[in-house]
Amino acid sequence: MKYLSLMVVIPLLGALVTAFVPKHKPKTAKIVALVVSVIVLGFTIAAAFAFEAGGDRLQLSESYPWIPQWGLRFSFAVDGIALVLIGLSAVLVPLVILASWKDADDDGTGGRRNVPTFFALILALEATMIGVFAASDVLLFYIFFEVMLVPMYFLIGSYGGPRRQYAAVKFFLYSLVGGMLMLAAVIGLWVTAKDGLGHATFDWNEIVALAQGGGIPGDLQKWLFLGFFAAFAIKAPFFPFHTWLPDAGGAAPAGAAALLVGVLDKVGTFGILRYCLPMFPEASKYFAPLAIALSLIGVLYGALLAVGQTDLKRLVAYTSISHFGFIGIGIFAFSSQAATGSVLYMVNHGLATGLLFIVVGFLVQRRGSQSIADFGGAGKALPLLSGVFFIAGMASLALPGTSPFVSEFLVLIGTFSVNKTVAILAALGMVLAAAYILWMYQRTMQGRLNPKLAELAPMKKDLSLREKVVVAPLVVLIIALGVYPKPLLDVIEPAVSSTMTDIGVSDPAPTAATGAEK
Amino acid sequence: MNDIQLPAIDYAALLPMLIVFGAACVGILVEAFAPRGWRFVIQVSLTIGGLVAGLVAIIVNRDLEITTIGGAVTVDGPGLFLQGAIIILGIVSLGLIAERRLERGGPFVAEAAHAANSDGDKRQEREPGATEVFPLTLFAIAGMMLFCVSGDLLTMFVALEVFSLPLYLLCGLARRRRLISQEAALKYFLLGAFASAFFLYGVALLYGYAGTVSLTGIREGVLQSEQSGILLAAGLALLAIGLLFKAAAVPFHVWTPDVYQGAPTPVTALMAACTKAAAFGGLLRVFNVAFETTAWDWQPVLATVAILTMVVGSILAVAQTDIKRLLAYSSVANAGYLLVGVVSLNGAVGSSLFYLIAYGFSVLGAFAMVTLVRDSEGEATHLSRWAGLGKGSPLFSALFTFLMLGFAGIPLTSGFTSKFALFSSAWDSDQSVLVIVGVLSSVVLAFPYLKVVVLLWLNPPGEETPTVSVPSMLTRAVIFAGVAVTFVLGVAPSFLLDIVADAGPFLAK
Repeated sequence: MKYLSLMVVIPLLGALVTAFVPKHKPKTAKIVALVVSVIVLGFTIAAAFAFEAGGDRLQLSESYPWIPQWGLRFSFAVDGIALVLIGLSAVLVPLVILASWKDADDDGTGGRRNVPTFFALILALEATMIGVFAASDVLLFYIFFEVMLVPMYFLIGSYGGPRRQYAAVKFFLYSLVGGMLMLAAVIGLWVTAKDGLGHATFDWNEIVALAQGGGIPGDLQKWLFLGFFAAFAIKAPFFPFHTWLPDAGGAAPAGAAALLVGVLDKVGTFGILRYCLPMFPEASKYFAPLAIALSLIGVLYGALLAVGQTDLKRLVAYTSISHFGFIGIGIFAFSSQAATGSVLYMVNHGLATGLLFIVVGFLVQRRGSQSIADFGGAGKALPLLSGVFFIAGMASLALPGTSPFVSEFLVLIGTFSVNKTVAILAALGMVLAAAYILWMYQRTMQGRLNPKLAELAPMKKDLSLREKVVVAPLVVLIIALGVYPKPLLDVIEPAVSSTMTDIGVSDPAPTAATGAEK
Repeated sequence: MNDIQLPAIDYAALLPMLIVFGAACVGILVEAFAPRGWRFVIQVSLTIGGLVAGLVAIIVNRDLEITTIGGAVTVDGPGLFLQGAIIILGIVSLGLIAERRLERGGPFVAEAAHAANSDGDKRQEREPGATEVFPLTLFAIAGMMLFCVSGDLLTMFVALEVFSLPLYLLCGLARRRRLISQEAALKYFLLGAFASAFFLYGVALLYGYAGTVSLTGIREGVLQSEQSGILLAAGLALLAIGLLFKAAAVPFHVWTPDVYQGAPTPVTALMAACTKAAAFGGLLRVFNVAFETTAWDWQPVLATVAILTMVVGSILAVAQTDIKRLLAYSSVANAGYLLVGVVSLNGAVGSSLFYLIAYGFSVLGAFAMVTLVRDSEGEATHLSRWAGLGKGSPLFSALFTFLMLGFAGIPLTSGFTSKFALFSSAWDSDQSVLVIVGVLSSVVLAFPYLKVVVLLWLNPPGEETPTVSVPSMLTRAVIFAGVAVTFVLGVAPSFLLDIVADAGPFLAK
């Protein structure tokens, strides 16, 4: 079964179909989009079963020629890391579609908005997200990496909040700067591989084999690493390339923001693990201190800024910058435990922040404002919604019992065994997380009821059935994976240890059992 | 007195150019003798027929590799490819030149010197539009074709003049906004004349150095000449100035925005697509054939020019408020990318050819769409007027957005494949610094394109948003060709990559 290519093609076709649904039949478009995304989820589950944990590093391989002159192929294959991230995307997209059911409808301010286009863009985004994780050809990866910008740009720019134009352009340009630097590095890598292998290719396996054999000279490695790393550090985003994220996350419609922060940003950290480390092992070691320093600054700086935010969506965006710092530390600590934690964190953060953004979206839609000061005491009127909000918040601050805890703990423990100072400083981030999450919850949900809230009819409506259907799976996943992360760890660990072997680290990976106990 | 030996002439090799020149001459006769009412139909069929026949002749000649008329013309793979590219792009841009539905009588007037609303002008309005533009276009295209296959510098100079003079004229024939059109024509003419003078002076110095004006002769002469190297350096520099002027490289680009803006948009399209192809065809040939052996001397200088062109072109594009000027500066920046191909010499000839085709079609499509946005004053080219067009004209805006994303180099468009091809072959030729400057400047250049997209979709419409006129089949065909080629070359460029690879290097014997 050609799972991976189908999982890219189906949402793409779905996007085309949805785009051509007449404007005056928004409901048809929504249903088509939902059905398509559920089908993709079905394929993803099937692919997960077809994937053999502990088997070959790259599985479900497919390859078709595209531009033979350059050696470019439609090559798809996944390792455990890519598989779980594809799973994350496939789970989030149907939920986001359901959560955004009414977001694109006429809200009275944005003028006529085209509903079918909104859902077509989300499906197009899904196709590129799955493609970027599934690609096993460097140029194909780059192509998905760049094309991904276009649907996201229009989602932010056409359907976002008041500052959408600025945010959309900033998002696009930041990503494009990184993308173009990566393009230069891809070209350099291609020329090097052509000289080293004797034929033009972008094939990941061949290039990694060449790199592992020392086929990429040290100085060049550093430059190429920087090209790739720049793109990924902007995408992730790491300090100091993070300023686009609060703007984009703050202006994007909640559903798109959930995908942006939940999945798109993972492409950065995924890219580091999949491309930077195996292809440029020497350079990765050389630049690791720098990357750890940036990540550490991100952890603390993001958290501090999050504390000071007055806007709900921007606050969530800043918390994510802090969390991406954790992921970065885990990757560059170069211990299997920490890296496994990082990958697990990518998934868990996607679930937790996805949920948080979705719930914030519900709140914002009811209140018509995303300023924290406009809320207050909302928990009384909306007990269920505030409960889910609380769970999402707790997951975000990595409370034991929620899934992010396992990953954050693995990262810290793995880092501690390598570098105590970094681990201790990073742990401060956890403390700050408690501050920003609890304070946010307090200011929005608890205390005296904001009198203006009482006048708003929507603020009295607790979660509707649709909204319950959206949040339930995420809550279940967050708690289930918090208690029993073994299935994910089983898939992730072999891939991470291969990556660690690529850079010459071979400490024993944490066994699934100990991971589960923690 | 010795008899002058007539050089052998291979008519088959010259056939494509003879056909187009012939059609142009017949076109003049048509102007003189055909009744006014019929001229348009006759001219359009004659022009398209001539160009298609020329294209067929090129395809028949495709494997030819020969130097003829005493070395004046060198027909080789890249030369034939460039000729074909110029003809195809010429045919497409003819769709815009022949458009008659957007404006009564078309975008050109016969007597541009009439003041607006004078009696003469009103009479002119009632008459069918100018048809002189067709033979002029044919002469320009034929000149460009000759320019790309010139075997010596004098032929090249003649070809340069043959294609430049009609363009100067065409620039000044706009129906609307005649003053800036004529200003553009005058500027282009004066600066072009200067550039020609530089070119000719360079030829003279090079003759002094190498004792010959033929490109292959210079190539050999360089190694044997006992003259001072200053002659060579000065000659090369002056020659390059003449060529770089036509290619719109910084610092010889200052005419570009004014001329692109002032000229009737169909002519701008013709210049952006065909003149660019011809100018780079000439540059590639001169540097690859005549000066390849002295590459060490000029490569750093030309690399500097390339960097300047990329950087200045893209930065100035950011500040533009007029879509035609924006596209003009983008064409300057693209000239910079193409110069990277020239600096990379033989390794990048194929990808430069690919780039010329890809860019040519995209830019034709873009200018074709510029002609559609109109109000009562004619084309509304100020960017502020484009705000909110996406609401009323989604198809137009979607296609234009696609072209803009193509220019920005987003994958799945020819903008990406052509940049990748060019930059990868440049890196392969050890020009990695130029590649890095290239990708960075293309980020800067992406900003103005993005600005246009934002205007189209995200801005509210202005007070009097111009309408997007419905054109005749001709302009529609041009837009379709531009968009379709941009997409096809972005998704399946293999066939064209094969063709440019088969074209091989320039004939240097």
